Amino acid sequence: MEATTTTGPNRHVGRAIRRKEDPRFITGTGRYVDDLTLTGMLHMAIVRSPEAHARITSIDTSEAAAHPGVVAVYVAEDLPFEGGIPMVWAPPGVEVNAPDHMPLKSGEVKCVGDPVAVVIGSDKYGVVDAAERVIVEYEPKPAVVDPEGALEDGSPLVWEGFGTNKTHEWAVSGGDIDAALAASDVVLEHRIVNHRTAGAAIETRGAFAEWNGHTITLTSSTQIPHITRFILSGVLGIAEDRLRVIAPDVGGGFGSKLNTYGEEALVCAVARKLGRPVKWIETRTENMAYTHHGRDQIAYVTMGARSDGRVTGVRARLICDLGAYFQILTAFIPELGFPVAGGCYAFDAIDLNFTGAFTNKFATDAIRGAGRPEMTHWVEVMMDRLARELDLDPAEVRRRSFIPKEKFPYETPLGIVYDSGDYEGTLDKMLAMLDVEGFRREQAELRAEGTYRGLGYSTYTEVCGLAPSRAVGPQGVGLQAAFYESATVRVHPTGSATVYSGASPHGQGHDTTFAQIAADRLGLDPEVVDVIHGDTNTGPFGKNTYGSRSLAVGGEAIAIAAERVQEKAKRICAALLEAAPDDIELADGTFRVLGQPDKSMAMAEIAGAAYIPPQELPTEIEPGLEETAFYDPENFVFPFGAHACVVEVDADTGKVRVVRWIAVDDCGRAVNPALIDGQVHGGVVHGIGQALYEQVVYDADGQLVTGSFVDYALPTAAELPSFETDRQETPSPVNSLGVKGVGEAGTIAASPAVLNAVVDALRPLGVDYIDMPLTPMRVWQAIEASTRGVAPAGDPPPDSEGGR
Amino acid sequence: MSTVNVRVSVNGEAREDAIEPRLLLIHYLRDVVGLTGSHVGCDTSNCGACTVLLDGESAKSCTVLAVQADGAEVTTIEGMSTDGDLHPLQEAFWSEHGLQCGYCTPGMILMAAADLLARNPDPTEDEIRHGLEGNLCRCTGYHNIVKAVQKAAADGGARPAAEREGVA
Repeated sequence: MEATTTTGPNRHVGRAIRRKEDPRFITGTGRYVDDLTLTGMLHMAIVRSPEAHARITSIDTSEAAAHPGVVAVYVAEDLPFEGGIPMVWAPPGVEVNAPDHMPLKSGEVKCVGDPVAVVIGSDKYGVVDAAERVIVEYEPKPAVVDPEGALEDGSPLVWEGFGTNKTHEWAVSGGDIDAALAASDVVLEHRIVNHRTAGAAIETRGAFAEWNGHTITLTSSTQIPHITRFILSGVLGIAEDRLRVIAPDVGGGFGSKLNTYGEEALVCAVARKLGRPVKWIETRTENMAYTHHGRDQIAYVTMGARSDGRVTGVRARLICDLGAYFQILTAFIPELGFPVAGGCYAFDAIDLNFTGAFTNKFATDAIRGAGRPEMTHWVEVMMDRLARELDLDPAEVRRRSFIPKEKFPYETPLGIVYDSGDYEGTLDKMLAMLDVEGFRREQAELRAEGTYRGLGYSTYTEVCGLAPSRAVGPQGVGLQAAFYESATVRVHPTGSATVYSGASPHGQGHDTTFAQIAADRLGLDPEVVDVIHGDTNTGPFGKNTYGSRSLAVGGEAIAIAAERVQEKAKRICAALLEAAPDDIELADGTFRVLGQPDKSMAMAEIAGAAYIPPQELPTEIEPGLEETAFYDPENFVFPFGAHACVVEVDADTGKVRVVRWIAVDDCGRAVNPALIDGQVHGGVVHGIGQALYEQVVYDADGQLVTGSFVDYALPTAAELPSFETDRQETPSPVNSLGVKGVGEAGTIAASPAVLNAVVDALRPLGVDYIDMPLTPMRVWQAIEASTRGVAPAGDPPPDSEGGR
Repeated sequence: MSTVNVRVSVNGEAREDAIEPRLLLIHYLRDVVGLTGSHVGCDTSNCGACTVLLDGESAKSCTVLAVQADGAEVTTIEGMSTDGDLHPLQEAFWSEHGLQCGYCTPGMILMAAADLLARNPDPTEDEIRHGLEGNLCRCTGYHNIVKAVQKAAADGGARPAAEREGVA
């Protein structure tokens, strides 16, 4: 691919170079957790609850234990842990009802999929056979599935000990919302559902543990090896330095592997108990039931505006279905959206209240965007409703409330400081690519033929780059950790380099972008810069990959460490060339004396001198060429953009087809434009998937209906158009690279654009709103209700047929 | 546990193995032959991460018994390149950024080779999209996968290397 951007002295940053990690993936030589085997390895299968809520009356493991090849069958009492999976959010001043979440359940089960026993044996098929011979008797209890019903008096309780299904309540507000609404010419109210979805990485989870009598090594398909080491050391009662966690190649995460799971603790405990390596690979059905879900919020929104369309303020009461347990971030995820409740807009007042509810479902937690897609969805849906109410153009309504670019850094009513932005820039660029007039003409012509096309916008900003520790840590919003990132940059005597990062990728392309960043600062080609990550025993302490943080936090740590190496290289070079260090410049990959082009050294020569110091090198220069940096930024970074979606709706069947997508995103300086586009494509499709097809469905008894990809409809290539993308680069002032993040941006932008487009298409039929997912059934029901006056009977029935 | 013998040619190499009759082809390839490039994603033949070629036709190997492959020629991703020469589809997935986490990639490449380019060397975008409908990718949004297949088609990359060499 051609280079599309070059910035200043950067030779490699800004170029769309091919990925360094790809050769192993395209030849089948990647190493995912299930690709690992060890002599003497045992397999683990898990016996799980088919009941949503029940008391366990008996477990009979005798037949399973006698099954050929079975080495052990364990129930909760056989595998004591120091504690369950902890929730790491302790918000100041707020009480949170955090239930026990032990790796194996005893007493009661609280959702389908709860693990009650494990079977360990030598044969992968044999342990599954044996698990079916574990006889568990249950006494069912009433299941709670509706979060609003759960919060009503008299509801059955998920956790009787708490006396309520309410998990917690957290509120934040800024500005005077009552005054803002009172001063409004128009006040809109709406209930907007953001339904439960799955991460659905194509690689399920898997965990493989070995014990050598002193140290446990856990290889896990995880986004967070360092955080998992920290958490599991507590669960297992082993010092952190005696637990090594490795994330090998990881087949996608999307937040679903941003967690520490009971199964990881189980393989460690069993490996330690039996003294043999133990592997567990999740089935897809286990994944749908017991890898955390996302979203699942109901927003009651009030938005006020003046007659010219300028929004005055928003109030939202959010009911958050957290499921039966807390995974590490469950209770915090809805709140993570709060910094962007104002979107791209200069609202005078924002008032938010989050109420969590227990239900007999598995936990929700971070799924791509984690709180920000939910927040952005209702903000952007309401902007379109406002435009319709005032009969204004939806792009113009947004423009009137945009924070102007000269107002950055901009402090929102909630005290969040947006680092940089130019929202009109991305909107204008998107509109130019779109050709609105052309679209409206085409729309009118097609409508005359009975074809319903619609256009929907989403202009978003998002908060990413988690860090900063002071904002999100114990003294900030209450996460019980710090969120810096680290890097070690080592130049070898050969003149090649290795970068060790605490960020841990699962498809993002760290090997490439991190090499580009280091290469520029070392005067090397990215080809000779290797990036090592995902192993707690190599490199410095890390905080891993999520929240679009790897580049803005991890990349900056690499830049700092590499610049320190460059400084040392300049001192060595200066000593050997008999010049002052300040007179050494790095240009075109060579260290040279300013004004003396014949006096220069390549990094390989300098590295050689660093490791085998010649006599001319002053003794105060330490041997070696390696530096480590920890970086904890002073603020978040706030990427933004403008997306447009064009849909066609078949009014007879309710089927929605996305026919065009235009995305103009601004994630600060581009390190690798090809990878940015790739993140936008994938992110947008994740959002389209939620808007049109995907839904985790539990029935009224708490049974999981969507237990496989047969029932959970992921978007395929056949449903989608190619995308029209462009970028704008507004550098972040927060870091020296000027970068933001882009991993979640597309997802955050996408779902409201789809919904707004469908409503635009169906306006002639009087359809004004439909809750996602916009399956043919729901869309058809909405058209029927509108055109035939058939009142919809509340929510449409949960449909597991998917949208295709 | 009773076993049966299967004779299978895997990437041009003749094998005979005693296996459990119920062993799935994907587990035979991964656990018995030791070729881990084919992946299990969904267990229900929806995702196509396990796609291999069975006598040149694409097959989701998580839903095929190894004994059904008795006497067949199997091609996996490991058989797509020879002596370090990448197949045009492999080259194109790399140059067009057609992969991110890489987990679905082997299945995508084999499906594109067998069900698309082998039958239709010059497919339209729509034909590519429908041809890949049975293979799921959660990372790329398919945009660059489609571009990669277009590029491979333009580069004339219709057959796997093993077949082009006449080995398989």
